[in-house]
Order: sequence, then structure tokens, then C-alpha cells
Amino acid sequence: MSVSTIDHPAAAKQFVAEKERMQWHDMALWFVRNKRDRQAETLPEWEYLRELASAAKAHTQANLAELLETFERHAVAQGAIVHWAVDAAEHNAIVLKILQDNGVERIVKSKSMLTEECHLNPHLEAHGIEVIDSDLGERIIQMRGEPPSHIVLPAIHLKKEDVGDTFHQHLGTEAHASDPKYLTEAARGHLRNKFLSAQAGVTGVNFAVAETGAVVVCTNEGNADLGSSLPPIHIACMGIEKLIPRQADLGVFLRLLARSATGQPITTYSSHFQGPKPGGQLHIVLVDNGRSKIRDSDDFREALNCIRCGACMNTCPVYRRSGGHSYAAVVPGPIGSVLSPASDAERHSSLPFACSLCGSCTDVCPVKIPLHHQLLAWRQEIARQGHLPLSKRLAMRGASMLFARPRLFATVGWLGRQTLRILPRFLTHHRFNTWSVEREMPPTPKTSFRKWFAKHRAENVSLPIVSVSADQRRESIRTEKSS
Amino acid sequence: MNIGLFVPCYIDQLYPDVAIATLELLEQLGARVEFPTAQTCCGQPMANSGCADVAAPMAYRFVDIFEPYDYVVCPSGSCTAMVVKHYEHFFSGAGLERYRRVQEKTFELSQFLHQVIRPERFEHPFPHRVGLHQSCHGLRELRLGQSSETMTNCHDLMGDLLAKVPELEVVPLSRKDECCGFGGTFAVAESDVSAAMGRARIADHAQAGADVMVAGDMSCLMHVQGLIKRDGTPLEVMHFAQILAGRSLQVNSLEKVNG
Repeated sequence: MSVSTIDHPAAAKQFVAEKERMQWHDMALWFVRNKRDRQAETLPEWEYLRELASAAKAHTQANLAELLETFERHAVAQGAIVHWAVDAAEHNAIVLKILQDNGVERIVKSKSMLTEECHLNPHLEAHGIEVIDSDLGERIIQMRGEPPSHIVLPAIHLKKEDVGDTFHQHLGTEAHASDPKYLTEAARGHLRNKFLSAQAGVTGVNFAVAETGAVVVCTNEGNADLGSSLPPIHIACMGIEKLIPRQADLGVFLRLLARSATGQPITTYSSHFQGPKPGGQLHIVLVDNGRSKIRDSDDFREALNCIRCGACMNTCPVYRRSGGHSYAAVVPGPIGSVLSPASDAERHSSLPFACSLCGSCTDVCPVKIPLHHQLLAWRQEIARQGHLPLSKRLAMRGASMLFARPRLFATVGWLGRQTLRILPRFLTHHRFNTWSVEREMPPTPKTSFRKWFAKHRAENVSLPIVSVSADQRRESIRTEKSS
Repeated sequence: MNIGLFVPCYIDQLYPDVAIATLELLEQLGARVEFPTAQTCCGQPMANSGCADVAAPMAYRFVDIFEPYDYVVCPSGSCTAMVVKHYEHFFSGAGLERYRRVQEKTFELSQFLHQVIRPERFEHPFPHRVGLHQSCHGLRELRLGQSSETMTNCHDLMGDLLAKVPELEVVPLSRKDECCGFGGTFAVAESDVSAAMGRARIADHAQAGADVMVAGDMSCLMHVQGLIKRDGTPLEVMHFAQILAGRSLQVNSLEKVNG
């Protein structure tokens, strides 16, 4: 299944090597994280909202089948056409068929991580359909032939000068332009024509409300509204985890979403679609594509709480310093490193290790996904499936054996310190000792604490615990454990 | 009160003064402290590498070794979090009950001082400017303070303790709890990102005018110290136990021998 294995450390190395750009990327995202903090602080009930959102999602996952059917019933009653896709291929085939049945050759699409996940654009383009991404960031990277590097800020890896170069090449703007207003105006003019000539609009979905059959799309640019209102056909594509039970729940999620994503109280546009406009068509495509498998897993189920706000990316110190493309996955950052291995653990086996387990993602997550614990759980799963390098497995087994033998541990520690002291620097600090590539080795005191203690607190060493064989006690625990 | 001192393996071997300072501090505060010599490592390096199967024996050993004590105290948020937050799934039945009893009496040092001993003030003055480095596992696993992401109020235990040290000044940081990038094997597996993260923390403490970066986890500081030494940054690192026990500013850079 795996074409090749993603090497996150190698990609990160390149990103870090461009020091100024890396630091700028870090600052740009930290700025967003700070905005999020200021917005969250304005709500005394912030933590309560997170609890509510998490509980609403847990309820949804527990009753997913019934709620999906309720949603379908209400959506259909209002005139929408609901399609079910088990995977990406079926999703793409459904969208293509709708377009072909209606003779559509040109579409505009607003931001949708689901269609990225399914690789809808290349599929439609291969069948002669022009697809224009209408979100400004998405349009920029579409022109450049790049994947998004962030789920909310898809072109966050680019500076305004890069955008100027891209627009100069594709839109004929002045060379070396970098004024955001000028560039945005150019993009507006270009996109306006695309909106007017599009024969169908594809949008993502932020929330689908089971009790009303509505889909809700949140944008800041209004591009989803134009794309769904101007052409006669609106196709809304959603993963089945976008469902929420009630309209009342929507208030909780809308308050959390924009604050977490960009530090705004609410997105500029939160558009509710219930049934097609007069004379038009509204298609809603419900996609599984591996979500049921995640739902079945006790370790990873809560990952389906995700509302794609991107806060975990903005806060992740590794993401900010390695860039979204280093993950080589549709969704980068902490949540991506949880979701990607679910589709192919071997290919994505380096991602759960691209993490210092700092837990900032878990604390920032508006729907309380225990992200860093899930990353830790993936590490165990990747080892169980045999995707850990042999060198690592052997090293850990060796360490475990050493740590079970206190006297040997003390001797090895002493030997290590002596060796570090005696050897010339070039033998201890070299490229095969990865620690020493960027750092000096730790100090090498002449004595360990245990040796110091034996000498200075000899009277405290003679207590029973030291003389009783740890092996006997361990045996007793094992027996109790297995009985 | 009989305390079993739980000393992280790398502190035992590389930073013995941190354990000595912890021991002296607890003794000064009236506790009887033992160091059960059968202890080695809590198993976190193995567990975090995905090898929980070979970490399990470490958990069994831990319960064996520390069961007889009234309290288990450790000068590390990370190793304490491993024992308190990540051991449970290794046990079942009667073993689980034994583990739970040990779990309940296992404390990180600042937790123990705050919850059990409650010292009013510390005697030794520390006339220096201090940058507080909150280790992630202390902060977000053990909740030794309020993380900047969460909006619930809770005490910063290390900060509260250091506020009781005469002449000590805490400097404000621009990012008060960003990860230093150590992360165990992460420091080697993702060496470039790890070093970039560490250098960013050092720069933050330096711009704040700190003389010393102080933390409750020597593992963060081992990584930071390696970068400081390589770059020649004028910044010291100290465990907060060393400050409370009256150590001097350069205690960890003078390679002092405590034989």
C-alpha cells in the first residue's frame, strides 16, 4: 500500500536550514495563536464551551448512524439530493457524474479539506472540467501547483513577495509587487470572472445539523456564498464527522471555531443552506473514507471531534518550525499526524514521532481531542505493526534490560562518564553522535548520586527495601497481574 | 514521614547535585529520606518510543521498590508524570490496586512541597534574575501551573516556591510556556527542529535579561545547556531545588565534584 515512507526529519531539516524564513513562519503562526488566546480570554465560559462541544461530538459518534439518517431525511424533505460515498473514489465519481449529467465544464470551489483528501481537483480536471479554487490562499497555491500547507491558512508558507511573483506570472500583475491590497484587488478581479462563468459551485461543509437538515459553511471571504449562489448547482461535500445533533449545538461550535482558528469572534460569513434555491439543485455528498474505522477505535475515536480549526497547527512548536509541507499529508500538524497513519500507518510512521509530546495541541483544541496522547498511542501501534526501525527496537530492548539491573546500570553510567572525560572532543562530538551535532554533551561528574548517597547517608541505605530482592517482588506482581 | 527519593536516571548519573539538593532540602524541612538503590529508570524513553512492552518491567519494578514508603518524591515533572499518568495500563487486578496506592503517594517535588510540607519561606538568598521554564509534562500532564492555552486558574507551583526566596527576581518571558524541544528521543530523531526550539527558548530568556533559566526538569535543561555551551550564550541553567537548597548560580557549569 505504501508508495514510499514520509521522512519528516529530513523535510524538517530543509525547512529549519532556511533560518530566517523558518523564524518568520514561526512568528506568523504564533501571532495567530496569540490572537486566539485573546479571544478565548474574553469568554469566562471558554472551558465550559470546550466541554459542551466535546460532549456533543461524543454523542454524535455514539449515535452516528441514526443521526446521519435523521439529517438525510430532513435535507431530502427540503429538496436536497443526498449522496453516500464509502471512499474517495466513490465521492469523486459522484461529483463527476453530477457535473457531467448537467453538462458542466467550469466550476468554482471553496475551501474543502475533504476534496483535498479525495484529490477531487485532478480527477475532475482529467475529465476536462475546469476547477477554480476560490479561496484566495487556495487559489494562490493552485496557481503554483502546490498542496496547502495549513488547513485554514493554506498559503501560510508563502510571503507576500512570493504571491507577487505568482500573480505576475499568472495574472500579469506588475513584477515584484508585494502590496497586499494591490494583489488582493488583482485576485478579486480575476476570481469575479470565474464566479460569473462557473456552471456549478462545490463547497465544503463546516457543520451539518441533523435536526434541521442544514449544512453550514463558514468563510471570511464570502467565496462559498458567491460560488453556491451564482451558479444553479451547489454541491456540498462533507465527511460524516461534520454532523452535529441540534441547531442549539451550532452556537457552541460557531463560537469556538473562529476564535480557535484565527482569533476572530466569528467568521465573516456563516451561511446556512437548507434545500436548493428556486430552480437550482443542492447536492450533499456524505463521505466515509476511513472515518468509520477511526470511530471503531477506542484509542482514536475522539479524533473525529475535529472541526478543522487548525489551532493545533498554530500552537505546535514543531509545525511552526518545520512547515506544513514537511508532513507530506493532506492534513499536517498534530491532528494530521493522528489522522494520516489511520489511512496508512507505514507510510506515515514518522509523523507521530514529529512531536515533543509537549501537549500544547491538547490544551488548545476546542473539542478536547487528547492529541498528544493519541500521538503516543500511534507510536505503540506503529511499533506493534512492525514499522519501527530495528535499531530503535533493539536499543529500547537493551535499555530495558540494563535498567532492570541496577548494579550494571551504575557501572555503565560510570564507564560512560569516564569515557566522555578521557576521549578527545573529536571522538565524542561528531556527526554520528546526533546529540552532539547541535549541542555539547552533558557534564561528566566524577560521582553519581547513588555513589554519593552510599558514602554520605550510609545509615539510610540499610532499610529493608534495599535488601529485599526486587526480582521476588516483581514476580509477585506478575502473578497478581495474571491471576 | 518516610520519603522514598525517586531520582531520574540521568540526574543520578549526570546531575547528582540536583538530587543532593533535593535530599538536603527535604531533610532541612524535617523529612526522613531514603534512596532505594534498586531504582534506575521509570521507563519513559521506551514507552515514548512505542516500546511499551519493554517499559512495563520498569513499572513493575517501580511499584516493588517504592511501595514501602509514606511518600515518593521526585525532582522531575516528566518522570513523575510517567509514573502517575502513564503506568495504569500496565497493571490489572491486585497489581493495579498496589499500583494505585503507590500512584497516590507519588509527588513531583514542587507538588510535595506545596501540598504536604508547605514551607513559609526559604533562607538562602538568590540575588539573580530568573527565567522560569515550565516543563511541558509538569505543566500539561501534572498541572503544576496554568498552561497558556487553558483558561482555568491554577497556581504556578514553582513560581510560588521561588517567590519565597529572598532577593530572587523573576523576569517576564514573551512565550511563558513554549516547549524547549527536548522531548526525549525527539531531541535526536528530530534534531534540527529540537535545536531550533531550544535556541528560541534561550533567546527568549536572554532578551528578558535572565541570568539563569530555572526549571523543574533537568532533562529540558540538559538539552538547553548543550546549546548554551555550544553557542557561548551567557545564561546558566538550574533546577529549582538547587536554588531552594542555596546553591550558587554557576553550580551546573563549574563541573563541581561532589565526591
